[in-house]
Amino acid sequence: MATVKDFRNNVKPNWCPGCGDFSVQAAIQRACASVGLEPEEVAVISGIGCSGRISGYINAYGYHGVHGRSLPIAQGVKMANRELTVIAAGGDGDGFAIGMGHTVHAIRRNMDITYIVMDNQIYGLTKGQTSPRSSVGFKTKSTPDGSVETALSPLEVAISSGATFVAQSFSSNINQMTAIIEAAIRHKGFSFVNIFSPCVTFNKINTYEWFKEHIVDVSEFGDYDNTSRIQAMTKIMETEGMLTGIIYVNDSKPSYESLVPGFKEEALAKQSLEISAEDFNKLVADFR
Amino acid sequence: MISQLSWKIGGQQGEGVESTDRIFSTALNRLGYYLYGYRHFSSRIKGGHTNNKIRISTKPIRAISDDLDILVAFDQETIDLNYRELRKGGVIVADAKFSPTVPEPSELRLFSVPFTQIADELGTSLYKNMVASGASWALLGLPIDVFNKAVEEEYGRKGQAVVQKNIEAVRLGAEFVISLAGGPLPDFQLEPSDGKAKLFMIGNDAIALGALAGGCRFMPAYPITPASEIMEYLIKKLPKYGGTVIQTEDEIAAINMAIGANYAGVRAMTASAGPGLSLMVEAIGLAGMTETPVVIVDTQRGGPSTGLPTKQEQSDIFALIYGTHGEIPKIVLAPSTIEECFYDAIEAFNLSEQYQCPVILVTDLQLSLGKQTAEELDFKRTKINRGKLQTGELPTLEENSLFKRYGFSEDGVSQRVIPGEKGGIHHVTGVEHDEVGRPSENALNRQKMMDKRLGKLNHVKVTNPIVVDALHKAPDLLIVDMNSLGGTVDEARGRLDIDGITSNHITVRLLHPFPTAEIAPYIAAAKKVVVVENNATGQLANLLKLNVGHSDKIANVLKYDGNPFLPHEIHSKCKELHKQPVKELV
Ligand SMILES: Cc1ncc(C[n+]2csc(CCOP(=O)(O)OP(=O)(O)O)c2C)c(N)n1
Ligand code: SF4
Repeated sequence: MATVKDFRNNVKPNWCPGCGDFSVQAAIQRACASVGLEPEEVAVISGIGCSGRISGYINAYGYHGVHGRSLPIAQGVKMANRELTVIAAGGDGDGFAIGMGHTVHAIRRNMDITYIVMDNQIYGLTKGQTSPRSSVGFKTKSTPDGSVETALSPLEVAISSGATFVAQSFSSNINQMTAIIEAAIRHKGFSFVNIFSPCVTFNKINTYEWFKEHIVDVSEFGDYDNTSRIQAMTKIMETEGMLTGIIYVNDSKPSYESLVPGFKEEALAKQSLEISAEDFNKLVADFR
Repeated sequence: MISQLSWKIGGQQGEGVESTDRIFSTALNRLGYYLYGYRHFSSRIKGGHTNNKIRISTKPIRAISDDLDILVAFDQETIDLNYRELRKGGVIVADAKFSPTVPEPSELRLFSVPFTQIADELGTSLYKNMVASGASWALLGLPIDVFNKAVEEEYGRKGQAVVQKNIEAVRLGAEFVISLAGGPLPDFQLEPSDGKAKLFMIGNDAIALGALAGGCRFMPAYPITPASEIMEYLIKKLPKYGGTVIQTEDEIAAINMAIGANYAGVRAMTASAGPGLSLMVEAIGLAGMTETPVVIVDTQRGGPSTGLPTKQEQSDIFALIYGTHGEIPKIVLAPSTIEECFYDAIEAFNLSEQYQCPVILVTDLQLSLGKQTAEELDFKRTKINRGKLQTGELPTLEENSLFKRYGFSEDGVSQRVIPGEKGGIHHVTGVEHDEVGRPSENALNRQKMMDKRLGKLNHVKVTNPIVVDALHKAPDLLIVDMNSLGGTVDEARGRLDIDGITSNHITVRLLHPFPTAEIAPYIAAAKKVVVVENNATGQLANLLKLNVGHSDKIANVLKYDGNPFLPHEIHSKCKELHKQPVKELV
């Protein structure tokens, strides 16, 4: 059986020392191993951004596509081969700005995919512009007088879009990240995992310390029931989204693949491409 | 007796023009006639003038006719807009309800039949289209049982009572018109056909069927005119073969999903028209860069922007060839007949896997939506070729090494594995990369990778990159076209022949990489080259000049008012151009 080591490769990430994405990568590797996967059974599909490079740092099949489109590619992969564990990953700009349309619809569609957003509330790769996650007043290269737009609440969006698995974690807490990603992979449906992953180079406000001070964990809520959409929404609103843990799970909704008429358990990629002469003649007869 | 006839039905959108046309043509097809249809419609669902025209012949035909023999009109607007098209002695069958008139003193015959009244007496005005079609069918004097069978198929799912009412409507319409005309019109009697029911389909059907036969099992797409029929066909058929269609949130999602599925080993395609293709461009570049096979159908319609969404145009040529930023290998195939739509769809999938690059299958609205008689489709030609896709066990990879997905090779095509295979792990990225797919900015590697990717096109082999009809060694004219125009051009050539102007004809089927070597000798041999196309800037002509040269003798015949060419338009333009000295052409 594969171990964490098998999910590592010898590529040195080009992330800045201290970047939150290092631990996210480690957590994905640990989670894959502890779920019992082999590297070739995993496909990591990533977007463009510092975070998007992650697919190249994990020993598994990896596709680094275009900005904002990791989810459509990931869904295509899943439809082609539902036996694969498909993990989509990228930044908050990738998923909540240019790719927001796909995020909402991928959540609605509910394919069995794990989507990990490395949320640093800024654009890292392009060197420090505002993101849909930036707070009002946040000064960046593109908002020198402070952002005036309302920051997006991805957890609320996810839940209102019909998500069946919503979690949030913090890059400093590798054990929690690993446990959440493990649960996300095991969840039979779309798993949305937002991870606070500080950009140490361009975001001097939302730092590791800042997150430590501001976040609460769902375990601190006492009798929190993460199968209740209403409780989940309430807590997200009460904490202004600054909570961690598995916030909402719905295990009763079947995944997209299992609802498609005629869709088999066996990977579509392994099925025959041919049709019989008899079938062909029938198909042609429709046009006479 | 006549060997061909043109029939048109018109009214407000939603009045049953479509269903009447469907029944009428199904019946004619069953009788063994060759048909060529044209739909004139607007992008509204209800309201707005719409008409369908069918040309009926005892011999194969591939163009709409210049004129019209019978016009069935549900309103005066239909007459006003279309009566000029009727030939001398042509017939109008119109609803008596609106007291139809023919605007000018003309030599037309008008039969005023109470469509609506007869229908109302049967219970609902909905039957008026059947009264109308019964009347026009009766004038042709064709056997009624085939017609009733087609009515039954159209309305069968609504129950036997509805079928009977419709058949009754047909009978009453026929009786009424015969009482006016005194019998079927003697000058409208078609020669008997061969009696064999033929394939009768639109280009989009043929593409969808070809895709299915060619192994396509997944289609993510976003609806758009005139492409939607492709996804609508496949969603009906794919489940039986384990596949499916997803209606995505937009075309960007559609193309990226198709790329993801192809990467993971399933033949997948998407289809759209200009606006959707514009959205897909970045991802097409990704497929080129990552050498991921993918098939994209572009059913051209009037552009730019929303343009003329339900009209004929061929103005996406340059966008399809040059649309992506940077330089990628890409194949652009342009079928010119229904049969080619079918075979090219299969070939597109084969090419995309053999050359590991995006393949765009481009049609135009008339080819995609014009319903036509097609030759039998040959199952034996549905061979699937997956190129260098590795199946079976792969050697174990050494520690820290990856599968050489982008390994250099003589033809530039590398071995490909799909995710899930042990020993096949590699990286894929739109960033410039090395042989195992890892990002690399190394200058030498960059050049080699560019040469590898683009070099693949040097080896592209496509069935019939051009269709040639070149009887003459040194013709007065070489007429060049693409997609649906060939049949119309051939009719015009028949008339040029009579004028004593010799012409050869080439339909370009491979737009990229351009089949320069194949076309060049014909261009050189012709005294003049006339490029006939539905756009304003002469994109196909420019492509020819760019690749083959001879700019001095290449002239344009352009039409971009949204309507397809008529034979007489091409004929008269060619005659004019023939008279002009070569140096005045440009
Ligand atoms: C279509 C397109 N537009 C813009 C860019 C430039 N770009 C690359 S990454 C990025 C945003 C990066 O921010 P984020 O997604 O949050 O990722 P991070 O770098 O912070 O991990 C942008 C705007 C691009 N690659 N493609
Ligand atoms: S710029 Fe920020 S997000 Fe990018 S690698 Fe550096 S720390 Fe990480």
